[in-house]
Amino acid sequence: MWLTKERRGQREPRPNRQPERRKVEKGASHGAVGRNYRVKNYLTHHRQVAKESLLRLLATPLSSLMTWLVIAIALTLPVGLFVFLQNAQQLSQEWDDAAQISVYLEQQLNEKQGRKMALHVESWEAVQQVRYISPGEALEDFKRSSGFGDALQYLNENPLPAVLVVSPRTDSADLQTTQKLLEQIQSLPDVEQAQLDLQWVDRLFRIMALGQRLALTLGLLLGVAVLLVIGNTVRLAIESRRAEIVVVKLVGATDAFVRRPFLYMGIWYGLGGGLLAWLMVNLVIFWLSGSVAELVAAYDGEFGLSGLGFLATLLLWLSSALLGLLGAWLAVGRHLSKIEPK
Amino acid sequence: MINFEQVTKRYEDGYEALNELTFRVAQGEMAFLTGHSGAGKSTLLKLIMLMERSTRGKVIVSGRDLGDIKRRKVPFYRRNIGLVFQDHQLLFDRSVFDNVALPLIISGAQPREIGRRVRAALDKVGLLSKEKLLPLALSGGEQQRVGIARAVVNKPALLLADEPTGNLDPELSTEIMRLFEQFNQVGVTVMIATHDLSLIARLRHRILTLQQGRLISDATS
Repeated sequence: MWLTKERRGQREPRPNRQPERRKVEKGASHGAVGRNYRVKNYLTHHRQVAKESLLRLLATPLSSLMTWLVIAIALTLPVGLFVFLQNAQQLSQEWDDAAQISVYLEQQLNEKQGRKMALHVESWEAVQQVRYISPGEALEDFKRSSGFGDALQYLNENPLPAVLVVSPRTDSADLQTTQKLLEQIQSLPDVEQAQLDLQWVDRLFRIMALGQRLALTLGLLLGVAVLLVIGNTVRLAIESRRAEIVVVKLVGATDAFVRRPFLYMGIWYGLGGGLLAWLMVNLVIFWLSGSVAELVAAYDGEFGLSGLGFLATLLLWLSSALLGLLGAWLAVGRHLSKIEPK
Repeated sequence: MINFEQVTKRYEDGYEALNELTFRVAQGEMAFLTGHSGAGKSTLLKLIMLMERSTRGKVIVSGRDLGDIKRRKVPFYRRNIGLVFQDHQLLFDRSVFDNVALPLIISGAQPREIGRRVRAALDKVGLLSKEKLLPLALSGGEQQRVGIARAVVNKPALLLADEPTGNLDPELSTEIMRLFEQFNQVGVTVMIATHDLSLIARLRHRILTLQQGRLISDATS
């Protein structure tokens, strides 16, 4: 496990290697060249150990695949839930109308005063946007959507007040700030009534918060599961190479040297599981996207499932590799020190 | 080279393997260590390899008091000693070349340096043509010679062997001992633990005899 076949190809001396030449030309930089060499040898060794560890896993494809699958399934659950929440959040943003406050102004207010008030409210920190709807526009709207167009012709004057549609800032849109905003608007002069469908928004926020917490809990629990799976697999690998470890220690291997292939093994297990989990999540999304499209079409909506973004994917792979490293580290710390030449 | 000063080794179960043992092996010397099983031969080698530490007394190797070597520094100390095992302890999923290269890889040698020195070591034990084979394809004597090549590939000043001929017939055993003599002739200090008295009686070297953890005879045959 500490050697690689690749070394064979490098056995022949290569007279044209750069560092060698520099050594001859610049006597003063000997030390630096030596250190560069050592760093280079060290990196080469790392690369070879990494490659060797991967080849070892691939040499027993079936049992490695089993481990990878277990890890992948454990990772797919929280990641899948995360993707689901992300989609739900996106969807709820399109329903942001629900969090809008409708402000009905006093009848006697003219359009100029109404627009001035809209500007005033829009300047508040908690407000994203204010739309002024004049009584005329409101009436047109009502005619169009209600189907009472003909009946309305019999009215002498427009009974509808002007309306300000206030959208709170969505990034800080927790219930309390929205509630406070509502009270603030109500206390303005010339406001007859302000309305907010609080319950609907409230429930949505609560469900989302619950979902987020669930994803986090699931992620933590299954993260520990992955840690244990990798730790146990690495422990078995250590046991099966006990004799080899003793020999290597007797010919002068440091603990770090003995540890290295097992740590890489953990990284490969974790990374492989992460890649498979990514594949699984995308398969599930692909599998569901057809039904979602039909459902959304039935509601006249426009919405497509989005998968894991670039950053989230990167984060998934990175954290799965890290989990692998950590799991291997735990196993190595516990078991390797017990194997001493006797 | 090796200097034991009133060394006692008592194991945790109370068994006393070495008792106030004092002896010296000079640099460039070749010495046999003999005695019945349980006389303390293995313990003595283990103390030199720092697989065990003495309960009392001083072990000094190449001028270094082994009591001063911290656990973390033990690997670096071991790289200066070549060790040959009775059952040669080769890695069976590795070629002969890779087995011999192991100590060089551990000490971080350059790849081309590794190739050169592994070939030189294999040449010395007469196995240059078999570098690509797996150890299982070799005879018992050849396997032991691979073990010896691995022990000397780092050019250690001290070569230790624990029953290196334990599993070999007399003819092969003599061959292996001749090999150790050759290394000794180029300046390597050699110490070999063995109970094959008839074999070492024919070779003219110093023989240290242990009995119940004490040195009972120190003579040249």
